[in-house]
Amino acid sequence: PARGLAQRGASRCSLSCRAFFWLVSLLLSSLIWFIAVKASDPHDKPLQKGLLIFGVMFSVLLQEAFRFLYYKLLRKAIEGLVALSEDGCSPISIQQMAYVAGVGFGLMSGAFSMINLLADALGPGTVGIHGDSQLYFLTSAFMTMVLIFLHTFWGILFFHGCEHRRWGEITAVVVMHLAVSGSTFCNPLYVGSLVPSYLLMAAAAAWAYLLSGGSAQNLRRFLLCKS
Amino acid sequence: MTELSAHLPQFQHGQLTENFPDNHLSNTNDNSERRRHDNSERRRNDNPESETNGQPQSNIQQVVEQDEEEDEELTLKYGAKHVIMLFVPVTLCMVVVVATIKSVSFYTRKDGQLIYTPFTEETETVGQRALNSILNAAIMISVIIVMTILLVVLYKYRCYKVIHGWLIISSLLLLFFFSFIYLGEVFKTYNVAMDYITVALIIWNFGVVGMICIHWKGPLRLQQAYLIMISALMALVFIKYLPEWTAWLILAVISVYDLVAVLCPKGPLRMLVETAQERNETLFPALIYSSIQVWLVNMAEEDPEAQRKASKNSTYDKQAPANHTRNEDGEADDGGFSQEWQQQRDNRIGPIESTPESRAAVQALPSNSQTSEDPEERGVKLGLGDFIFYSVLVGKASATASGDWNTTLACFVAILIGLCLTLLLLAIFKKALPALPISITFGLVFYFATDNLVQPFMDQLAFHQFYI
Repeated sequence: PARGLAQRGASRCSLSCRAFFWLVSLLLSSLIWFIAVKASDPHDKPLQKGLLIFGVMFSVLLQEAFRFLYYKLLRKAIEGLVALSEDGCSPISIQQMAYVAGVGFGLMSGAFSMINLLADALGPGTVGIHGDSQLYFLTSAFMTMVLIFLHTFWGILFFHGCEHRRWGEITAVVVMHLAVSGSTFCNPLYVGSLVPSYLLMAAAAAWAYLLSGGSAQNLRRFLLCKS
Repeated sequence: MTELSAHLPQFQHGQLTENFPDNHLSNTNDNSERRRHDNSERRRNDNPESETNGQPQSNIQQVVEQDEEEDEELTLKYGAKHVIMLFVPVTLCMVVVVATIKSVSFYTRKDGQLIYTPFTEETETVGQRALNSILNAAIMISVIIVMTILLVVLYKYRCYKVIHGWLIISSLLLLFFFSFIYLGEVFKTYNVAMDYITVALIIWNFGVVGMICIHWKGPLRLQQAYLIMISALMALVFIKYLPEWTAWLILAVISVYDLVAVLCPKGPLRMLVETAQERNETLFPALIYSSIQVWLVNMAEEDPEAQRKASKNSTYDKQAPANHTRNEDGEADDGGFSQEWQQQRDNRIGPIESTPESRAAVQALPSNSQTSEDPEERGVKLGLGDFIFYSVLVGKASATASGDWNTTLACFVAILIGLCLTLLLLAIFKKALPALPISITFGLVFYFATDNLVQPFMDQLAFHQFYI
């Protein structure tokens, strides 16, 4: 029971820690973007858009860097817990931590993307009255959802890659993240952003499932409700 | 056992603007008591010269390696548990404050300022505004310092009646008057028709049950809920009546003051804790949020037989203390009673060797009044001033930020992380620690950073519908 409590406490702490790390990465990347914007001409629209794209890419890279930093921190924490525990195994495994970390990152990222939109959605207004897409809220919701899922799976993949020193997995996560963010550049052409993102999500889901010890057999057994 | 809460009374006492940095997290004494108890059980004869006021450090030096490791492991486990136990009430308080700020416009409307912040911020120049806010903050902080010192002096000279009267008047004001105003504003916002008789009934019941729960006895959850509610009410008052720059300055200065007051040897709060420790008393349960049930009876009133028995067994007796007197009556007899108790103890169990054990047992008993199978269950206590200042920060962020929800969320996460870190430090250092500095620093940094840097970035991203 104490173990369970330690587990819950550790996951809650980990969740907020993870959110904090994401927040710090966002802060740093917006600082860079802000400096770049202030140093440039505000009336040059293509330049501003270019700077924004640069900001997005930089932010993605920074997020992945912070994910790595977080992995290092967790490693140390788990080693500490293992050293202190009676039976030599930690109350929470690295896979669980990976999952919680991914969820934390995803939730924070999703919350930051969505929450102002939700607040605005409560108020009066017409979507797309100035000629923009009328599906704005809907696509934002789907995009946010896919990002949250992706962050969760990326967390598992990334930590697994770090654990077993498989650089392929780590680079795959970074490339996928860049690809998903990049695909959003063709919004409001939603076909170009939503479809690839969902496909990538399915791929990441399958990969993470396999890495966590699942298999096609397990899945079939689960779906057919066999014990 | 000891907690610091001290300052709250000052501002509860109708002087709306005083907040006190009563922030201390202390499960230290609980932890140190447990340690001492564990140690004393295992090696009873090894601590003949333990200090009577039970400084944890002296025990730490004598701990055997194995004991230390086991203790540390337990500490970590309980540290994790404490994190959960404190996250929920802090989150709840902040949620209530933010929800109110967002819906009830009364608390964001400027209706004047308090007398503690006489200088207005509606000035022509930025320099003038800065000067005014600095002056306001200075006045406020000096009032707080004076009140703290007054409280410590009163406590030191055992003027318990005065302190209790002060506390009762403050909680009366909060529970009746402020909640009446709050209820009125909520009704106005949602356009609910209400008659005075119903309101009188509601407020009367709310207030009386609150007074009973906070100052006397009541179900733990109800007491916690009331403490959260009065913290939220107080925070709302601050958010309403403190002008912007003054509020931020006050938050910053108060965390510095908290740090100084708790950690410096001559700091008033530290003196308060040490005095309470010497006298073996709990501090003002009305001002501390406790995650476990704390009996309000003076612990020294317990049956000496129970003390002896408890010190001999390694498990705690779950006997309820013999008299559950009202807090006021009990406290008034503190001075005389402690000496009697000491004499009795000296007569029956002999001097110093038993002191750490009996003290540990006595202090442990009230904390275990909940039927918990785990004899080492310990709670953690957080002063109400901490709740109030955290909520003020988050509330101000949601009221005045251009980034709105993003800023609020960022401040919220920052405060929780600060709390986590403080709890970690508490588990490591095992003494009363200020809970404000780390959280408020993170909160302030994140507020200004998010509002000025992140918000434009996120705005542009949302406009183009880019995702990061």
